[in-house]
Amino acid sequence: MQISNLTRRFTGFAALDHVSLSIAPDEFVALLGPSGSGKTTLLRILAGLDYPDGGSVEHEGTDFLAAPARKRNVGLVFQHYALFRHLSVRENIAFGLRVRPWRKRPRRREITERVRQLLRRVQLEEHGDRYPAQLSGGQRQRVALARALAVEPGLLLLDEPFGALDAQVRVTLRRWLRELHDESRLTTIFVTHDQEEALELADRIAVMNKGRIEQVDTPEALYQHPATPFVCEFIGKVSKVPLLYRHGRLAASEWSLPKPPWADGYAAAMAYIRPEHLCVEHDETRPAWNARLRHIYLAGSVTHLDLHVASLDHSLEADIASEELASLGLRPGMDLRISPRRAIIFPHRHGNSDLISELRWEWRDARDEGAEASTCPTPILST
Amino acid sequence: MNTIALSRPGARPRRMVHAALVLVAMAFLLVFLLFPLAVVFAEGLRQGVAAYLASIAQPEARAAILLTLLVAGIAVPLNLVFGVTAAWLMARFQFAGKALLGTIIDIPFSVSPVISGLIYVLMFGAQGWFGPWLEAHGIRIVFAMPGLVLATVFVTLPFVARELIPLMQSQGAEEDEAARVLGASGWQMFFRVTLPNIRWALLYGVLLCNARAMGEFGAVSVVSGHIRGLTTTMPLEVEMRYNEYDYVGAFAVASLLALLALVTLAIKSLLEWRYADALAAHAPGGH
Repeated sequence: MQISNLTRRFTGFAALDHVSLSIAPDEFVALLGPSGSGKTTLLRILAGLDYPDGGSVEHEGTDFLAAPARKRNVGLVFQHYALFRHLSVRENIAFGLRVRPWRKRPRRREITERVRQLLRRVQLEEHGDRYPAQLSGGQRQRVALARALAVEPGLLLLDEPFGALDAQVRVTLRRWLRELHDESRLTTIFVTHDQEEALELADRIAVMNKGRIEQVDTPEALYQHPATPFVCEFIGKVSKVPLLYRHGRLAASEWSLPKPPWADGYAAAMAYIRPEHLCVEHDETRPAWNARLRHIYLAGSVTHLDLHVASLDHSLEADIASEELASLGLRPGMDLRISPRRAIIFPHRHGNSDLISELRWEWRDARDEGAEASTCPTPILST
Repeated sequence: MNTIALSRPGARPRRMVHAALVLVAMAFLLVFLLFPLAVVFAEGLRQGVAAYLASIAQPEARAAILLTLLVAGIAVPLNLVFGVTAAWLMARFQFAGKALLGTIIDIPFSVSPVISGLIYVLMFGAQGWFGPWLEAHGIRIVFAMPGLVLATVFVTLPFVARELIPLMQSQGAEEDEAARVLGASGWQMFFRVTLPNIRWALLYGVLLCNARAMGEFGAVSVVSGHIRGLTTTMPLEVEMRYNEYDYVGAFAVASLLALLALVTLAIKSLLEWRYADALAAHAPGGH
């Protein structure tokens, strides 16, 4: 499927601004972004419930947008399920088969059999005669999935499928959906604002912001190599440190970096530092921030350290494995020298704070080379 | 034991307030609704069942009943179609003049029925805008059946639409959209999803619309011309008999109208009882 230059304007703003994306057969793609980023609009256009002002969608060599919703053979699952409230679970699932023109409609017995199989697949065999109002949220969402799968769609679209469910059900259903996809190999596009969900489920993620796709990549690449300032901030946790260009180095108070790869003329830059890339600096000859450890937050397997850097008047976050907490001898109130081992840096011009994504610099400390997933050398405290 | 002893002093006054409120409500219903209703039947039957039946069997009474059924039989289906269409437009689409349409639907509620009747006389009467043209083509609207239908349609216009609009707005378009994506045509979507979702509100709207169509007096009175046996509907017949001091006759016809209201109520209750399960499935949160 090839989406090219899709544009959709609503009064006053562009919901989609020249969006292009190609999706391979069998792929599980997430559209991730904050609300208002255009992800649901894109999904509705693919489902045929909305139309773009420009651009095209090609699917298996045909113009997808030319077909009305009912002829596109897509399965759509809504955030709020949209089950037919006056029909039983069984009839909800059978709906897509019953409304077919009689020539293509399966026999009554086949419909019954197909519904039975789907009920088993979504683990609701006992609930076929219930009405949607009598089901829990997770059960309703599974009925919605079964209903969408009943028509044997060529494309499955999910709009915030777990948005209205509580955390526990959400995780279970998520794993179940991934297994379902691995079995059926059905091309699936799902919309979410939950990065954890996208990172866990998708083969590839398209991060959307203000009607544009910022980056399309695998979850790992997206996390390790974010392409734009927005992706840096949206995916995972990150500390922002403003840098100034001085005497051939980029500096933020005590800490500084050698000459950046871009030409002169960029007076300043912004560094994005992941918590796991912020380490204690043992080498006295290297530049580092003087920080005070203000709080230690134990959050399960990971511990977050709140490090206040007085010269920046700003707190930075560092993550360490909780197991190491005791061996490191960290206590609130102690003073540490800290420096990042990696950072993503975007410059901006003097007097214009817009960061320039094209000049992205993925900086790494020389000591960090070689290790793909960087962690601080342990024990981080030798003193 | 302790908790009972503690809760007693507070519970008694509350229960008394409760009982007093129930009593007030019941007394109110009795005085303003049930008693007048009983009077209608009592007055109609004052000279016995035979006189009651005879006054209903009079040709003018029978003509009035038939005319009322005919007018309602035309006006209600028209407003059913209009109401569903208008509600669908209001709840599903954004368009220029949407607020205006909403206001227009409410006009019959805010305008006195007498005025709406006068508007039709002004437009289609002998001295009206279209009067000469209609006369030249031999079409009678005012002081004839078409005028009665027009006036009734106007007065009962909001009932179905007003019943449906809030419901359809709260239900949203998602189920309709789901049906379309699943391959349903426009008609399949309407008859299999949209209509079943609104059927109870629709039925209620139609019942109210029908009750008003049969009972309408003001607007109909203006366009009717009171031609006995030809353009008098039941409410008009009641008034004419009353003015002629035929109290038994007036109350006999009035009792039929009251009976109609009771039957309407009974049908509604019966349906609610019969389809209690389906109604429960429709409860908010059932989507």
